[in-house]
Amino acid sequence: MSPNRPMLEIVALEKRYGDNVVLRGVDLRVARGELVFVIGPSGSGKSTMLRCCNRLEEPTAGDVLLAGRNICTGSSRDLDRLRLEIGMVFQNFNLYPHMTVVGNVMLAQRKALKRPAAEAKAKSMEMLQLVGLAHKAEAWPAELSGGQQQRVAIARALALDPKVMLFDEPTSALDPELVGSVLKVMKDLKDAGMTMLVVSHEMGFAREAADRVVFMDGGVVVEEGSPDEIFGAPKAERTRAFLSRVSG
Amino acid sequence: MATPVAAPLSGLDRFLDTFFNPTVIVRYLPDLASGTLVTIGIGAATIVAGIALGLFLACLRVRRIRLFDLLIVAWADVGRALPPLVVILIFYFGLPSVGIRLSGPMVLFLVLSGTLSAFAEEIFWAGFTAIDKGQWEAGRATGLGFTTTLLHIALPQAVRLALPPLVNRALAITKMTALGSVIGVSEILSAATTAQSFSASATPLTMAAIAYLIVFLPFVVLARLLERRFAWKKA
Amino acid sequence: MQTVLDQFLNFEIMAKALPLLMAGLLVSAELCAAVIPLGLVGGLLLALATLSKRRAIAWPSLVFVEIFRALPPLVLLIFVYSGLPFAGVRLTPFAAVVIAFMLNNSAYFAEVYRAGIQSIGRGQWEAARSTGLSQVQTLAWVVLPQAVRNVLPDLLSNTIEVVKLTSIASVVSLGELLYAAGMARSLTYNASPLVLAATIYLVLLWPLVRLVGRFQRRLAA
Ligand SMILES: Nc1ncnc2c1ncn2[C@@H]1O[C@H](COP(=O)(O)OP(=O)(O)OP(=O)(O)O)[C@@H](O)[C@H]1O
Ligand SMILES: [Mg+2]
Repeated sequence: MSPNRPMLEIVALEKRYGDNVVLRGVDLRVARGELVFVIGPSGSGKSTMLRCCNRLEEPTAGDVLLAGRNICTGSSRDLDRLRLEIGMVFQNFNLYPHMTVVGNVMLAQRKALKRPAAEAKAKSMEMLQLVGLAHKAEAWPAELSGGQQQRVAIARALALDPKVMLFDEPTSALDPELVGSVLKVMKDLKDAGMTMLVVSHEMGFAREAADRVVFMDGGVVVEEGSPDEIFGAPKAERTRAFLSRVSG
Repeated sequence: MATPVAAPLSGLDRFLDTFFNPTVIVRYLPDLASGTLVTIGIGAATIVAGIALGLFLACLRVRRIRLFDLLIVAWADVGRALPPLVVILIFYFGLPSVGIRLSGPMVLFLVLSGTLSAFAEEIFWAGFTAIDKGQWEAGRATGLGFTTTLLHIALPQAVRLALPPLVNRALAITKMTALGSVIGVSEILSAATTAQSFSASATPLTMAAIAYLIVFLPFVVLARLLERRFAWKKA
Repeated sequence: MQTVLDQFLNFEIMAKALPLLMAGLLVSAELCAAVIPLGLVGGLLLALATLSKRRAIAWPSLVFVEIFRALPPLVLLIFVYSGLPFAGVRLTPFAAVVIAFMLNNSAYFAEVYRAGIQSIGRGQWEAARSTGLSQVQTLAWVVLPQAVRNVLPDLLSNTIEVVKLTSIASVVSLGELLYAAGMARSLTYNASPLVLAATIYLVLLWPLVRLVGRFQRRLAA
């Protein structure tokens, strides 16, 4: 792979449910170490696009390339391997309630990566340290605040050494005072050089951490640019309308 | 385990002749039909009496009167722990020697409806306890009495919650009318086994199985639809 | 009153019948040891089949479940035990009971597992799959542990029903507890052995019935 080839490429991505066309040819590139921030009105297809990137949704047409390899072809075994390289963080955390925090982080390392228990444990503790929750390793998900749960979910994805991290509104299920702790972890990740595709409404975070902001509407990318360009001087009318609505 | 014997007819012919013999079907259809009516009759009576008694007991338990509570819980526990066939045999063979002579259908009805009432009580009670306390408080706060609150606020919600498990349980117990064959109640199964021994054919047993499917399959499917509807509501 | 006690609670007769009933209880236990694991495993496989995305698997499994939920277990048993010999298949009473129970119990257990699996939200599947776990791994490590926990009361209460149901094996002369009690009754012309059998069932199953209630309350809380 050439060093200037994007880490993640979404090419002419299309997704329809029956007659309902949700994505109509999305093109998006995320360079190595870049944080791309996606905004757009509800129902514009942001989640669908993200979920196509690890094929939780099957694209109707188009391709998704991870470090130059097409993830839309290949057997389900290949897909499971590719998913190891794509971390995903969900709006509602989706921690496994029947496992402790460290159990959550260890499971895929053990079963999918086949790491030995000691190594998986060490890696888990390292990741929990990273998100500031090493002291909660033996706690149960139900005993954690939403912010803590989300950080565990991030650690769970990071423990597999993914090449890309996808975030689908990681803070929108959180109480306002807990949002900061999750955003801080994301900022640290960015500073450590992680490639990230983030769907979120945290515009402040976008200004601070994003390399590029993408505005989606009606299943297409309407406009993209630096945070200053998009928030300061949006070109498209639809972008302006959306931004004036969300900033109230 | 299985010891196949030599087959004089071809496989399929033999199979059909054994399990779907037309002469046998025609000959014993009336017996099976009247057996089906007996099953339906006892089954319906069991459902009505069992559910009514169970509901009554659950409502009584809402009152939280210590002695009643104890008796109701004992009834529900025993009814759920005892195999009905044991009780049927005790009633049928034991009672006559102390001067109580009950017919087979009566024994079957009493035991099965008693069993159903035990399960129904627990199901309704679970429904009552699942209702938010605020419902009762809202009712009482708007000046409704205990009984009115029970009947108009708590009960409808409890019944809703109870409906899917109740239908399933009622079905399982109604199917036990087949146990009547052991004490000579001429329901489907005993009509079939009698016919089987007279005709020296397995066909009456097939007829019995079909009769049960005709009677019970619609309810099994209905129970599933009910469950599904309630599951949607939850989501 | 005396006749009632004589007829139902005759301790002398009970004491005499006890060894016979204990031998019967042993057979009941063997029967349970055979049919409960079979039902639990068969039910799980059947549940997975009914939930399969492939219609050709899901639909027939569902029809199987519905049919065997509609047929009374005793009818199945009689069919297997005295119907199949006409087709040249002769089974011991024990084998007949195991087969009939297998059909009936799998259908009932399948429904329980199904409800459990469906109670687990899509998010759990997606989280696991997104970390590279395969479908089978996700099922085994993430979904089933939670599903079984959610339906533990139902699994247990279904198991109680299976234990109670073993009493119908007496109809095909399998020498389990109720058969032994019926035998003792017809020898003594006295219902006390039956009452003793009922007591044994009660002593064994009542704690389990209580346990189900406790599980249910804990899950609801
Ligand atoms: N499984 C599905 N079946 C049918 N339609 C779907 C499905 N999933 C999503 N959609 C439709 O796709 C469209 C886009 O959904 P998506 O969740 O991607 O939007 P979004 O931009 O993430 O919105 P939000 O900000 O509300 O999360 C919506 O109109 C939705 O109704
Ligand atoms: Mg979304």
